[in-house]
Order: sequence, then C-alpha cells, then structure tokens
Amino acid sequence: MKMKTMMVGALVGASLLGSSLAQAAGLNGAGATFPYPIYSKWFYEYNKSNGVQINYQSIGSGGGIQQLTNGTVDFGASDAPMTDDQIAKVAGGVLHFPTVAGAVAVAYNVQGVSKLKLTPKVLVDIFEGKVTKWNDPEIAEINSSETLPDLNITVAHRSDGSGTTNIFTNYLTKVSTKWATDAGFGTSVKWPVGVGGKGNEGVAGLLSQIPGTIGYVELAYAIKNNLTYASIKNKSGEYVAPSVESTTAAAAGALRRMPDDFRMMITNAGGEKAYPICGFTWLLVPKTIKDPVVGKSLTDFLSWYLTTGESMAADLYYAPLPESLIEKVKAQIADVKF
Amino acid sequence: MNPSLDATKDTQIEKPLPFFSQMSQAGFGDKVFQKLTAFFAFLILFLACMTAFTLWHASADSIHKMGWKFLTTSDWDPVQGVFGAIPYVYGTLMSSLLALLIAAPFGIGISLFLTELAPQKLREPVAFLVETLAAIPSVVYGLWGIFLLAPFMREHIDPLLIKYIGGPFFKGPSTGLSLFTAGVILSIMILPTITAISREVFESVPNSYRESAKALGATNWETIQLAVMKPSKVGLLGAIMLALGRALGETMAVTMVIGNRPEVSANLLGASHSMASVIANEFSEAVGDIHVSALAEIGLLLMVITLLLNIAAHLLVWFTTSKFQR
Repeated sequence: MKMKTMMVGALVGASLLGSSLAQAAGLNGAGATFPYPIYSKWFYEYNKSNGVQINYQSIGSGGGIQQLTNGTVDFGASDAPMTDDQIAKVAGGVLHFPTVAGAVAVAYNVQGVSKLKLTPKVLVDIFEGKVTKWNDPEIAEINSSETLPDLNITVAHRSDGSGTTNIFTNYLTKVSTKWATDAGFGTSVKWPVGVGGKGNEGVAGLLSQIPGTIGYVELAYAIKNNLTYASIKNKSGEYVAPSVESTTAAAAGALRRMPDDFRMMITNAGGEKAYPICGFTWLLVPKTIKDPVVGKSLTDFLSWYLTTGESMAADLYYAPLPESLIEKVKAQIADVKF
Repeated sequence: MNPSLDATKDTQIEKPLPFFSQMSQAGFGDKVFQKLTAFFAFLILFLACMTAFTLWHASADSIHKMGWKFLTTSDWDPVQGVFGAIPYVYGTLMSSLLALLIAAPFGIGISLFLTELAPQKLREPVAFLVETLAAIPSVVYGLWGIFLLAPFMREHIDPLLIKYIGGPFFKGPSTGLSLFTAGVILSIMILPTITAISREVFESVPNSYRESAKALGATNWETIQLAVMKPSKVGLLGAIMLALGRALGETMAVTMVIGNRPEVSANLLGASHSMASVIANEFSEAVGDIHVSALAEIGLLLMVITLLLNIAAHLLVWFTTSKFQR
C-alpha cells in the first residue's frame, strides 16, 4: 500500500516536473485578433514539428502592446505599428516583424448589383455622409453597367476598436484631406455617419439585415461568408478587387518606401495590380530578452515562420510577404539580443 | 389513560428540547455566526470600495486631462484624444428608462394575474416560464435582436410609430437599430426580475387584507388596488430598482441593436450608444493611455450613476411611505 502511494507520488511529481520543463521551453504571446487564425495554425504546426508550445491570447492589439510593455508576455502582436512613445516604454526597445498582410473588403448589400466599382472620392463621400442614395450620379457615373436603385445608403462600421478599422481609416486619410481633418485614422475613430457593429460578424450582420448597407470587413471574412464586395480604383487608376494576390502586390508596391524598422502602413500602395486597402500585421519582439532559453526559442520560431510559415498564409486568405521583403525581415532576427 | 399515547406525547414535547438547550449553551456559536455574517457583509462593502478605488485610479489620466469637460462634452474622438461621456450616459439612461416603461406595467400585470387572478393550475407553469427568460444568455438576446427583432422593428413597428406618433421622438428613416429597439430588448430581459420580485411582494400581502376589502364590498379591481397594490408600493419599487440595475449594466444585447453611435438625439428611432457597450467595444483595442483611462472613467461614472439612482429610489421610498403613514 505504502509502495503504491509512493509510486503515485513519484508519477505525479514526474509529470509535474515534465510539464514545467515543457513550459520553460514554451513561449507566451498576446495581441491582435485579426491574424489569430493564421497564428494559431502556425503555432500548431510549429509545435508538431519542433515540439515548442506557443500560447497566444488574441486579446487585441492594445492589450498585446500593454502586456509586452509590462513584460508579462514573451512577444506581442499588433495590427498597427507601435508609436515611438509606446516603444520608449518597453525596456530595451521593440522590433517589428511583419508576418502577413491582410486586405479590408468594402462589402455592400444592394439587390441586383454585383460588380460595384468605387473611386476613393466616392468611398470617402459615402463614409462622410455626402452621398446618401445608391443612385447618386457620383456612383452611377462609374457604374454605368449596373442598375442602381433609389435606396438610402446605410454606412456600417466596426463599433469595437480594431486593426481593420485602422487600415480602412488610414486609407481614407491618405486619399482625402477632408477625412484626415474630420476623423483621421486609428483603431476607433469618430465616424461622421453610420451605425456600428461589433466585430466582423456584427458588421456582416448589419450588411445582411439592412438593405442598402455598405461596410468594411476583413477579406477572409467576406470570402468565407459570401459577401459582395466592391473593386476600388487604385493609385495607378485600375479598379482592383481585394484578393490574396492583389494584397501581396500592394505589399510589393510599398517596398520601395519601406523603412528599416518595417513600421509602415501600406494603404494606397502603387502598382497596377495592388489593392489599395490593406496592411501588415506584426509580431512585436523585445530587442533584449533576459532568458536565453526564451530568446533561442523565439528567434527559432521567427526564422521558421519566414521560411515555412509564409506558404500556409494564402489558404487562410492572408497575403504572404513578398520574397524580397522576407529576406530583409530575416536579417532583423540577428538584432534580437539574448 | 393509554400509556402508549402518553409516551408519544412525551417524546413529542421532548423532541424540540435538545435544540433549545443547545441554543442557550451556544452563545459562542452565535457570536461566531454573527461575526462571520458581518464579515461577509463587510466584504461586499470592501469590494465595492476597492472597485471604485481601482476605477478611480485607472481613470486618473483622463480625469487629469479632461477634467469636468468629460461630463459636459458630447465629443468622443479617440484620434484627437477628446473624450466626453454625455452620449453614452444619455444612451444608457434612455434605453433603461424605455425598458422600465415597457417592462414595469407588463411585469407587475403578470404577477398580479399570477397571484390574484389566475387559476391555481396556471400559476406555477407561467411563473416558471417567465423566470426562464432570465436564464437566457444576453448574447443570445443580442443575436435574436439583430437578426429578428431589428428587421421586424424596421419593417413593421417603426413605420407605424413614424406615421401615427411622429414628431421629434419618432423620426425616420429607420434602420431598426435604435434606442427604441434597445429599450424593447432590455424590457424583455428585465421582465423576469420585475415579475419574480413583485410576485413575492404580492404573495407576502396577508390574506386578511384581501378579505377585509372584500368584506367591505370591494370589487376584484378595488381589492387589488386597495389591499394588494397599496401595501406593496415599497416592494414594487425595489423590484423596479433591481431591474433598472440590470438594464443599466447590460452590454452585449444592447450593443448589438443600439447602433453604437455616440449621439444625443431626441429621436428614439436613431442609433445611440451605451456606457457598458463602449467599454466592451473599445477596451481591447484602445491604444494610448488616455483612451484606456477614459473608458475606465466611463466605468466609474456608471458606478456613480447606479449609486445615485439607488439613493434616489430610497429617498422616494422614504417620502412615499412617510406620506402613506400620515
């Protein structure tokens, strides 16, 4: 009997020890919700092939930055690059690793209209509340092949703070000085008109429930839920629909102006095939990591996602980084000190 | 005399005795029990104080930057770093008030029916069903609201309101997402609270009151009015206050149907916003210390408003009961 208890004790002890060892090699991260599907796939595959467990809490970019600043996670993740002030608060500094790019689709619900085209000006006018009817001459002019109904336009936006809003409003800010002064860009902004839905699903709910609604959602969400979305006129004057290819094209188009720390919004990028409303999402890694075990596992993972992980992105409707960018990002791994 | 009967008598009398004797000996147990319950009660007080303190502490940045303007501005612009709480306070108070206006008559009516008028067989099942409403998670109410209630309001109810009442309160065009829809969904959510408590209140009215009223020749309605409603005033107010508390703090269901637009407008068919919603919506992606702090201050404000409303209700009870006694 005694023997048995001892054995059980030893077993429990061993399993506890085992799990604590596994945790020591594991990594903890927190942040953006937008790339969560691809990140969880990466962490799962990485665990399968390398045995390192990575826990990721998709609590939002703001929360990710906060936890990174407080040092409660090994890495953060954000849809918006950190500001200089935010970086200054992290001891030792922060490196931005772009992981994938995502597009924001402008979806709408107008019966009988399936191939809507929009210019930046019309898009801004709609979201400013200046164009209020679907058969407004401004829209009709560029959509001569469609029959547009005499229907009120309802603008739907995200009510929760989100990286998607950040990308979308950043685009509007770049194409319209009026928007820049009226609302500007950020994860939450003061919308001139419209109703708010919580999350992609909230906006999609508004889109499906209210005839005449126009709103923006992540591309992956729009495709999976069969939403109808518009083509947007890009910088080169071409109407481009959002897709994985047109997003990667936008990332490639923005390369020329890419700063060394990769903190860049790639909205309104140049290039004939570039879709203008898209952006990177980043992993935020402290420049100096105290624990060498953590530092080693983290840098190992960084080079893994840049070599193996990128090819998994397109299946989940995220755009992989352009080849030339991948090399540059890989070089940054050496800057992580531990 | 039958001895066996005597014996049972004895045991019957003796049975409670050990209990009483324990009571008298257990002065120590009593004290422990009293201290323990007092501890529990103070724990609540302590928690409330700590919550208030934490919120105050977290909102320090915003209080410092915005000052009283937080309570007087209706601008909420995270990009410019300007934060004013008015639209949220307005949305929360109006939607809760609408909910009470709808739910209170219904709830009190239901419980009057259940305690005074319904056939005995019907009472329990109906009460059970109404109370089941309370067990439905609020996100389910929200989804039902956005997919069924909001379109229904837009297609059927709102046009009627615009046509027959109109004015500044019911102005079109309606999207179905409005203060009014939020009020309706909240009223359904607080109905079980009002019904359950007012039922308890009505049931606690001694039957002799009803009998006396009837003896004086009162009709059913007069009996309810005089013998049931009047002595229940305080209890009913309590029921309404508890329901109001739930309505003020409700987040998910409201945010899905209210339109999430921080705007103060008399139009009940316009989109609005609420205090709990803005916290739930913006907190996770709030970038910048002032934004986070402003959201904490909204939380603090919500707590203060709830407290003030509770005090007001107590004053109301105090005034009405003292008038009643006169």
